[in-house]
Amino acid sequence: MKRLSWFNIVALTLGFAFLYIPMLILIVYSFNASKLVTVWAGFSTRWYGELLRNEAFLDAAWVTLRVGVFSSTIATVLGTMAAFVMVRAGRFYGRTLFSGMIYAPLVMPEVITGLSLLLLFIAVGLERGVITIVLAHATFSMCYVSVVVSSRLATFDESLEQAALDLGCTPWDAFKSVTLPIIAPAVIAGWLLAFTLSLDDLVIASFTAGPSATTLPIKIFSSVRLGVSPEINALSTIIIGIVTVGVISASLISKRAIVRQRQDEQAAVG
Amino acid sequence: MTSSLDDTAFAPWKKADAVPLIRFEGVTKRYGDFTAIDNIDLNIYEREFFALLGPSGCGKTTLMRMLAGFEDASEGAITIAGQNMKGVPPNRRAVNMMFQSYALFPHLTVYDNIAFGLKRSDMPKSEIAGRVEEMLRLVQLGKFARRKPHQISGGQRQRVALARALAKGPKLLLLDEPLGALDKKLRQQTQFELMDIQEKTGTTFVIVTHDQEEAMTVASRIAVMDHGRLVQVDTPDRIYEAPNSVYVADFVGDIDIIRGHVAAVDGDIAEIVWAEGKPPLRGTAAPGLSAGGPGALAIRPEKITISKDDPGAVHNKVRGKVEDIAYLGSMSTYVVLLPDGVRLKCQMANVRRISRRGIAWEDDVWLSWTDTAGIVLPE
Repeated sequence: MKRLSWFNIVALTLGFAFLYIPMLILIVYSFNASKLVTVWAGFSTRWYGELLRNEAFLDAAWVTLRVGVFSSTIATVLGTMAAFVMVRAGRFYGRTLFSGMIYAPLVMPEVITGLSLLLLFIAVGLERGVITIVLAHATFSMCYVSVVVSSRLATFDESLEQAALDLGCTPWDAFKSVTLPIIAPAVIAGWLLAFTLSLDDLVIASFTAGPSATTLPIKIFSSVRLGVSPEINALSTIIIGIVTVGVISASLISKRAIVRQRQDEQAAVG
Repeated sequence: MTSSLDDTAFAPWKKADAVPLIRFEGVTKRYGDFTAIDNIDLNIYEREFFALLGPSGCGKTTLMRMLAGFEDASEGAITIAGQNMKGVPPNRRAVNMMFQSYALFPHLTVYDNIAFGLKRSDMPKSEIAGRVEEMLRLVQLGKFARRKPHQISGGQRQRVALARALAKGPKLLLLDEPLGALDKKLRQQTQFELMDIQEKTGTTFVIVTHDQEEAMTVASRIAVMDHGRLVQVDTPDRIYEAPNSVYVADFVGDIDIIRGHVAAVDGDIAEIVWAEGKPPLRGTAAPGLSAGGPGALAIRPEKITISKDDPGAVHNKVRGKVEDIAYLGSMSTYVVLLPDGVRLKCQMANVRRISRRGIAWEDDVWLSWTDTAGIVLPE
């Protein structure tokens, strides 16, 4: 193995420091006993306890979770359908326009997306709340799902589907029992991506949320404006923990699957 | 010319009252301006092992996909077992296909791959396991039932694909380049297995291939295709010995072509003038050949005799110089250059050890063949 030069070591250290020191500070201060965020007064888990008794935060977390699950599920269904049209329909009139319109929300400023959705909801007279946030999140995360799924479909061997038809499947049965199980990893990845985007989102949610429903990012943002409290630190630490566990376990699972497949293939050849 | 098949052999295409299983009537397939299949009429009979042979792009795969139901004919009618197949989707046809890529379902075991079609048929659940076991025995894969496709070798995957396609007991099995991915030894072995399985199950097989040797080995009849048309439909021996065109002669096996002018046709024998001042060469006249037009004498290299001495009183003899000798073990191929620039290949079985044969590079030699060994084709 090549040894790292001192320049590389310094560059690496600075890079990681830049990325992770803010989070480390946040995690450390979440265990601060003091009510003042900037003064260290000993180790305590007091703020985690406070957090669990804070109804407003718990409500916002519950709203965020529901919005995430529903919106990413809708986005996954719609995004997968769009991906199928993009990959399978071949060349049709207006294909370029259609694909451009699917991918446009990727680069559209969130403020514009949020504002236009707000105007739409007002125009149709839809009461702002959980439903409007779900619709808004499904709209903008759908294109991410379709990007992920269509890249998988591009390498999908269509003769698998034809074989299923040939063996007596209806087109829907062929999709359900052959195509979907094979592209499932991409669909799940798309769902997770949409879910993460929904958990993250502050701008679009703040346009489409109403007095009856507040998501966690909105809640955090508005309480920080009144001053950072140690409770927020505790909450952020929990979120970081969940994300870290999720990312690590997902990469472990996929890595193990690759290793197992490689072993199987070697066994088959040998 | 007599066929090598007598009356008791399997040859339903010769019987006037035989009802074909598959009937193509004036079938044309167009993709935009491109005509993939051009007005084809063809009958295929039950229990046949029928090969569609041709270079890539000749339309053989399109013809097969129309039988499977993945393509519809632009014009004409395709009937299978008396039923017009227009608009009948693949899942409603008693036809199964073995795909070139095998198309095994990667998320299912070998057992579940084979059972896939059965679970979607009206076969009672209790009988499915028995049928799958039977298919596994047929292709000798009993030990691998619980493996996934990526856990078995290429040859085994090919057999799983075959078992899966045969499991429902289709009237017609389509095979799209089934042996293309296998190495030569395994391919030859598998050809005989395929013939064996076809005979055991009594299924009609239609195979698509670009490998003429494979078509010759397995098929009861071969259709040679070019640019969406059927050039010749016949038994392998007739395709080889009595090609109806230079295209077929050239595509199937090795052949020497001597181009010239048809000077005379007398019954079965035609004479062709091929070089100024040389006596004409004789060959069997192709059906419908008439004197006066351009023609070609086509002769198989193994039917030419090479010698250092004048072969004496035969019509077809030419002199030339040995340009190349390829030693292939069981036989040797000599490339002889005639004074006019025509090159002829000649193949001789190596019945003696190499040291006893007296022909070397640059030797002047005679090539000779009998009056009926070659065939004179119109051009």
